[in-house]
Amino acid sequence: MYRYDPYDQKIVDERVAQFRDQTRRYLAGELTDEEFRPLRLQNGLYIQRHAPMLRVAVPYGLLSSTQVRKMAHIARTYDKGYAHITTRQNVQFNWPELKLVPEILAELATVEMHAIQTSGACIRNITSDPFAGVAGDEQIDPRPWGEILRQWSTFHPEFAFLPRKFKIAINGAKEDRAVIQCHDIGLELKRDAAGEIGFRVLVGGGMGRTPVIGAEISAFVPWQHIITYCEAILRVYNRHGRRDNLYKARIKILVKALGIDEFRRQVEEEWVFGKNGPNTLTEAEVARVAGHFTTPAYETLPADDAGYLSQHAANPAFAAWTRRNVLAHKVPGYAVVVVSLKDPSRAPGDVTDAQLDLVADWADAYSFGEIRATHEQNLVLADVKQSELFALWEKARAANLATPTFGLLTDMICCPGGDFCSLANAKSIPIANAIQARFDDLDYLYDIGDIELNISGCMNSCGHHHVGHIGVLGVDKNGEEWYQVSLGGSQGNHTSIGKVIGRSFAAAEMPDVVSKIINVYLAQRQDGERFIETVRRTGLDPFKLGVYGEAAVKERKQNA
Amino acid sequence: MPKIIKNGQLIDDDTRILILDESQAPEELTLAAGPVFVPFAVWQAHSGQLSGRADLGVWLDSHEDVAELVPDLDRIAAIALNFPKFTDGRAYSAAALLRTRYGFKGEIRAIGDVLRDQFFFMQRCGFDTIQPKAGKYSDAQLEEALASLKDFSTPYQAAVDQPEPLFRRAQRAA
Repeated sequence: MYRYDPYDQKIVDERVAQFRDQTRRYLAGELTDEEFRPLRLQNGLYIQRHAPMLRVAVPYGLLSSTQVRKMAHIARTYDKGYAHITTRQNVQFNWPELKLVPEILAELATVEMHAIQTSGACIRNITSDPFAGVAGDEQIDPRPWGEILRQWSTFHPEFAFLPRKFKIAINGAKEDRAVIQCHDIGLELKRDAAGEIGFRVLVGGGMGRTPVIGAEISAFVPWQHIITYCEAILRVYNRHGRRDNLYKARIKILVKALGIDEFRRQVEEEWVFGKNGPNTLTEAEVARVAGHFTTPAYETLPADDAGYLSQHAANPAFAAWTRRNVLAHKVPGYAVVVVSLKDPSRAPGDVTDAQLDLVADWADAYSFGEIRATHEQNLVLADVKQSELFALWEKARAANLATPTFGLLTDMICCPGGDFCSLANAKSIPIANAIQARFDDLDYLYDIGDIELNISGCMNSCGHHHVGHIGVLGVDKNGEEWYQVSLGGSQGNHTSIGKVIGRSFAAAEMPDVVSKIINVYLAQRQDGERFIETVRRTGLDPFKLGVYGEAAVKERKQNA
Repeated sequence: MPKIIKNGQLIDDDTRILILDESQAPEELTLAAGPVFVPFAVWQAHSGQLSGRADLGVWLDSHEDVAELVPDLDRIAAIALNFPKFTDGRAYSAAALLRTRYGFKGEIRAIGDVLRDQFFFMQRCGFDTIQPKAGKYSDAQLEEALASLKDFSTPYQAAVDQPEPLFRRAQRAA
């Protein structure tokens, strides 16, 4: 993975000093709340319901065991013994004391970590495929490009006060695992007819209040020009994006208002000036960064390890885990392991200090010392030998990190919601836990199969409810918490925005509602059809009928 | 006399920033003597008679397009770009455009809601002069705030102050 050189280290160290002084001036009354707000946000620091919340950047989701041990230390020393993996592959601490945040940042800097631009109206942490480098369907490794764009966007002086936040995601595999269609800029690595690397560029996608699928602004930007091209997009947005209304300030609104063709014309007109300028990437720089993402020293192994196969046959619980949480690796004899953070006794994505230490140990023992964080709020050990899966599973199971539900109904995405977040309209974690409690039978979950249930506590959509096969959105109705349900959303190559099925529900109704939805699916599904395929085929009507009953649906239609 | 920052130093400066109220038509205005920044509308109305005044500059608000000044740039000594709120980042792009695309060599001054924690970004985008609102900082505070110009010693990306990105400036070990 990428290791800092003295330049990278100095920038992060100088950031610590800068924020230490800003915090000092704020606490001394020299900075107002309003003045300090964007400064702390651009350092990932929110003022939340109970305490500040600190969001630490995990660029493109990649962590070393040393970094994970430091996270464990921070959780133990400055927090209440746990951390939370976010839907931007970042890590959040929920209980740090404001005056100690500079200390935390100083500790993070010693392991090449920071909280730069994890919030605020600037270019945010760049996300990517958690299976980069190991997935069989990968065409081009996105990680060097993520790092190149991280460096370009870090403290970019022109784009520190954009109309609104700005999110970039990169995918380099056949299947999109980075939700690139729902980003301000979505980048798809590809090759042109001559075999040269470049990017298909999408712009103006996003979730939030107004979910939009990104539009293609360029079918192919050669790699040398990706920075200047992104700068042209950002400059048009910075100058012309709306600043009069927070809810209409994202680039997607500008792209919609101008139309993609006019927006493209403006970007191309701007790009003329930057293209081939000093920000044009060089082969030497790409090679330097790519040199950090070399293939680990894989052993030559048989495609199927005999010991693994016999353990698999002998132990049904191990077999269940491998069936869901162990994925194919491009190198024979190796596997990709999803370390589940969806144990029903915890909030989805939460991980304790002790668990973090263990994951770091396992990474060192079994996976070349690296860990990935996923936007679906799990951890991944990407390079485990088949012959060591059983040993890893036994340890993970003992630590409640082997919930065998990856990709199933209870492996849900869930934002921190009203329990922690001051933006939330409603709690999300209790809904997630109630649904997990309802669906605790593994055989039943396996029968239901692949399905994505995403929960957000408010319109900001941190829980990606718009692209959940089942999406749950917390809404406020006269000071009470209600939940709106949508169906038919999906991420990946066939990204779609879910449609609301009807009136919203009280928290206590939610497990029943999900049960009814699942029952409709099981009754309607045809051979081998996944949940989302059934929804696409049948449309929402049978689900509305199953959830609300015939009388209510009829009445609604009459009133419509 | 009020102090401002010019090329990284504190200097005395009593340039007025002329703000029209609603009752004043730019066409009918008569300008008093003394250093002043006039609004773009006043410049448009009087550019013939104002051009060549070395103590006169033009200020633009964040929604006004610097491209409109381009035909006049060789007759303007100084341009001030207003930050109506410090979170309105349009003037960063405007300053960068003036320097890089339009080749403006005169003074570019940051005015309005100008705070020390943005000095570093302003300087990088081509502002050579920084004028916080009157009374925002004491002389001593402004002196102390000069440190913010040096928050980061070696930035990654190209900008006006450093036209080459780090990967072209430095030999970075693999």
